[in-house]
Amino acid sequence: MKTIALMIVLAPLFGSIVAGLFGVSRQISHWVTTAGVGIAFFLSAYIFKVVAIDGVIAFGDSSQTTLYTWLVSGNIKFQVGFLIDSLTSIMMVTVTFISLMVHIYTIGYMAHDEHNWEKPSLAGKNSYQRFFSYISLFTFSMLMLVMSNNFLQLFFGWEAVGLVSYLLIGFWFQRETAVYANLKAFLVNRVGDFGFLLGIAAIAMYFNSLDYVDVFANAQNLSTTMIHIFPNFEWSLMTVICILLFIGAMGKSAQVPLHVWLPDSMEGPTPISALIHAATMVTAGIFMVARMSPLYELSATALSFVLIIGATTAFFMGLLGLVQNDIKRVVAYSTLSQLGYMTVALGASAYSAGIFHLFTHAFFKALLFLGAGSVIIAMHHEQDMRKMGGLRKYMPITYITSLIGSLALIGFPFFAGFFSKDAIIEAVHLAAEHGRTGAYYAYYAVLSGVFITALYSFRMFFLVFHGEERMDHHTKSHLHESPWVVTIPLIMLAIPSVLAGMFGVGSLVFGDFFGKAISANILSSVEYHGMLGFVMHGLMQTPFWLAMAGVATAYYLYMVNTELPEMIQEKFSLIHKALVNKYGFDQFNEWFFAGGARGIGNKLWQIGDVKIIDSGLVNGSAALVGRISQALRILQSGLLYQYAFTMIIGLLIMLWWASI
Amino acid sequence: MFAELPLLSLLIWLPILGGVWILLQGRNETAVRPLALTVSILTFLLSLPLYFNFNNTTAVMQFTEKASWIPSLNMFYLLGVDGISMPLILLTTFITVLVILSAWSVIKTKPAQYMAAFLIMEGLMNGVFAALDAMLFYVFWEAMLIPMFIIIGVWGGQNRVYAAIKFFLYTFIGSVLMLVALLYMYSKSGSFAILDLHHLQLDMKAQLFIFIAFFAAFAVKVPMWPVHTWLPDAHVEAPTGGSVVLAAIMLKMGTYGFLRFSLPIVPDASKELAMMMVVLSLVAVVYIGFVALVQKDMKKLIAYSSISHMGFVTLGFFMAFLIVANTKSIDGAAMGIEGALVQMISHGFISGAMFLCVGVLYDRLHSRQIADYGGVANMMPKFAMFAVLFGMANAGLPGTSGFVGEFLVILASFKANPWIAFLAASTLILGAAYTLWMVKRVMFGTVSPEKMSSVGILEDLNYREIFILSILTIAVLFFGLYPAPLLDVMHASVENLLQHIMQSKL
Repeated sequence: MKTIALMIVLAPLFGSIVAGLFGVSRQISHWVTTAGVGIAFFLSAYIFKVVAIDGVIAFGDSSQTTLYTWLVSGNIKFQVGFLIDSLTSIMMVTVTFISLMVHIYTIGYMAHDEHNWEKPSLAGKNSYQRFFSYISLFTFSMLMLVMSNNFLQLFFGWEAVGLVSYLLIGFWFQRETAVYANLKAFLVNRVGDFGFLLGIAAIAMYFNSLDYVDVFANAQNLSTTMIHIFPNFEWSLMTVICILLFIGAMGKSAQVPLHVWLPDSMEGPTPISALIHAATMVTAGIFMVARMSPLYELSATALSFVLIIGATTAFFMGLLGLVQNDIKRVVAYSTLSQLGYMTVALGASAYSAGIFHLFTHAFFKALLFLGAGSVIIAMHHEQDMRKMGGLRKYMPITYITSLIGSLALIGFPFFAGFFSKDAIIEAVHLAAEHGRTGAYYAYYAVLSGVFITALYSFRMFFLVFHGEERMDHHTKSHLHESPWVVTIPLIMLAIPSVLAGMFGVGSLVFGDFFGKAISANILSSVEYHGMLGFVMHGLMQTPFWLAMAGVATAYYLYMVNTELPEMIQEKFSLIHKALVNKYGFDQFNEWFFAGGARGIGNKLWQIGDVKIIDSGLVNGSAALVGRISQALRILQSGLLYQYAFTMIIGLLIMLWWASI
Repeated sequence: MFAELPLLSLLIWLPILGGVWILLQGRNETAVRPLALTVSILTFLLSLPLYFNFNNTTAVMQFTEKASWIPSLNMFYLLGVDGISMPLILLTTFITVLVILSAWSVIKTKPAQYMAAFLIMEGLMNGVFAALDAMLFYVFWEAMLIPMFIIIGVWGGQNRVYAAIKFFLYTFIGSVLMLVALLYMYSKSGSFAILDLHHLQLDMKAQLFIFIAFFAAFAVKVPMWPVHTWLPDAHVEAPTGGSVVLAAIMLKMGTYGFLRFSLPIVPDASKELAMMMVVLSLVAVVYIGFVALVQKDMKKLIAYSSISHMGFVTLGFFMAFLIVANTKSIDGAAMGIEGALVQMISHGFISGAMFLCVGVLYDRLHSRQIADYGGVANMMPKFAMFAVLFGMANAGLPGTSGFVGEFLVILASFKANPWIAFLAASTLILGAAYTLWMVKRVMFGTVSPEKMSSVGILEDLNYREIFILSILTIAVLFFGLYPAPLLDVMHASVENLLQHIMQSKL
């Protein structure tokens, strides 16, 4: 197991190093990285099989391996190692599969990347190799994150995926918007990591270990510990730890108000939007909270906090998807909203439903992004949906697969998203009945979110693939389906987008797949009558009809009465303006945080350093300093022997002084 | 086979004598460079047995040497290292090799004197870290100023005189007070041996005065806020090599002094003033972080970044008292001090690398202003890779050595007080902001039309530069991924120190 686990992480790292550092040809770079990720995928699938069939016990001896001791300090042993259980293995399979598809897709998508670089620049020469190196490095980092058995390595993976995300958002670093977006992404994530690290510090202090096993084993003992953060104000230790850790998740999984970086991250090439900013990295926060379920279960306050943040993200970010015209940004806001759904599941103590939605979402969201990428190539890098339309007949495979992705996203019966989304809504409903604070708010938020999801998804679908062909003549004459390296991954992703839900729901959500890996499941009290029973039940529930209403509304607005959207916009111009401005988060952050920090910096520098310390204290005794420096200026002749002489004299004086 | 050699003496005198020899060869410019490199490499190789023959299990001084110096005053030529000073000597010999290499074809005026100054300085710095006699320490400490003063004054930029004098005044005034304190203690104990002073009984009043005298010497060197303003000026004017040595090694002498003198000699005063020291350290981390953000000069920015990072070191040292008071155990305090020590070593690599990177640009365009660059990655993709990597290390990315020290200090600081951890952890955001914003403005974007004749004709790194930066990359990544070898040598000494300072002398 240890060797296999090690090969899984090292194969992509090896590919990344070869492609990135050794100046290899384009062919070698994509072969070596794709092979590396392919090996990782097949071995992950093998491990998945072992875990699912042999049933490796979470946190048991067979699931743990230690690689080496990072360091020992203050009686804590920091180790690097793996924990492989059902939760890990499902993440590994998801990550490596999506990554493999994206690697193949990239061969087509980045084929002519040298044309994306303005001259003069050497950077375009090997940008193809560099890109492959980065996405393999990402795969390595993400695997380190999910396979970790301790908080240190979790944080390493956490920041390493952030690094690669930074590199890839700013991949086309000549574009001012791209390098603005990547800096923003890194800094906003660092705000989250700030909380995350404090959470880890709290754990280190109270548990005296950063290994999951030790921490989870002692969690119960510390569940009643209260600490003082503010004088005369007691907080439960678990609440503090869980909220601090969750702040990290809010950064990485783009939850309000730390969501601002994700839409801008669309400046990166589309394959990474699919891999990093939809399917895998942004779900790291969800994974982390699920992994920490033994801790979260001990703090109802923290769970309510998670629930409310998730619900807010799910609803309000979905709304923003309605007013976007950039095809990638619609999908990006959809991702934000869906991450909100997963977070809601966590807050409702339905961790397995959250992970299940993460799993299904990875396939259909990657599919939607890659489909969007396929459209963007066909449109010669035009991303504005108002200049598309009627692409259905030019790009049949992209069309069909995008339809599948959209249906999965809105939760159409039998498609993957249907099962995972219904499970979440069901779970929130149960949580509300159990009296969890914020659960009713969350319930209505995710419920109305279903309508919004369907509306923006099919608005995009109709605008792109149906209706009038609005592109210019030149683009139109070149329209054609993308090459096979692009369409094969689309097809490969479309299959699980249909099937993953119906085959997963029984064991993942209602069964005992996760075992001890996840410590609670609110849905275990629900009677499960097989997949068909679940679908039948779902057909009679509100979410299904809300989704249908969303599709119908989209059809009416964008296919039948196409004048209407504009009229609605004018009628509700205030709301529309708020949505277009994304509720003003960006403006506020730019003014308050970025401007504020620069303002403080300038004040401290000009007043503190220059005026008070330098002019006041240092040069203030100007007469004295001036006189001494006059003297020194004579001494400072630049002749070495004079210095040496001075030094010896000085020494002698010193010794004489010392002897009296 | 190395056990018989007086290694520490060799590490002090070989570079000094080598430097003098090179001065004598002054006219023969072609021979000077290989000669200097040979000496520095030899010194480095000789420092390796210090690590490999080091006994991790004990806190006693190792590789000790003792010779009579001024018997009438009870001064000895007393050398030795423990787990605290030994890594610093290795850092010194390592960085010096790179500095000599970095000056290879860049320094055209008086290369012999330049190389000699660095070699002599290397010997003196090794002396500071190896000296176990307070007077010997003092002599090395003061003497070391001279080559640095010369380096800034002769090979520096336009405003070098101002910077050199500011540097000298600041550090000199502090040192004089330290000397007074040493003489006072000699009058009490009749010994200059540092380990004897550790056991000297002192009342609280004397302890406080001694602490302040030491503080004047060491805080300036670190530099701690508010006596830090000499550093940005010195860095800006110093040639690349001078900046590297200043940031990578000299600043560490201040923090080393705190650990070797202040804490063990006056533990009660240290405990009394610990909160003040912690606050000053946090001011350095936060205040200086903001100031770094708005710098327009790359070297100034990195200088301010150094002050902020050194704040972590002093924080790690002085919060030990708070942690012990809070947790009744020295475990957390040990983590803080070890984290601070790792931070010292790591900052040596990273700040050195950052200044070398600025040097690479300065050698080509003769400007340090951020605004004069933009889109450098287009013309220098190899350089961009290193610059981003070191930038990330400076921002404390896990996997680089920059993370290890900050991580341990933050973890430990939570045990002192969550709010200390809160302020310390702000470096996660501030450090990333000032470093990566600079990286963005210098490296990324297109080459604007008016910079076509400057940035547009930049040449990428040559083999020598790639070699230097690669070596530093390996160091930064190795200690980021596997810091255990560095920490293992420290445990015994740190634990011994902690046990010592937690005993009141009153």
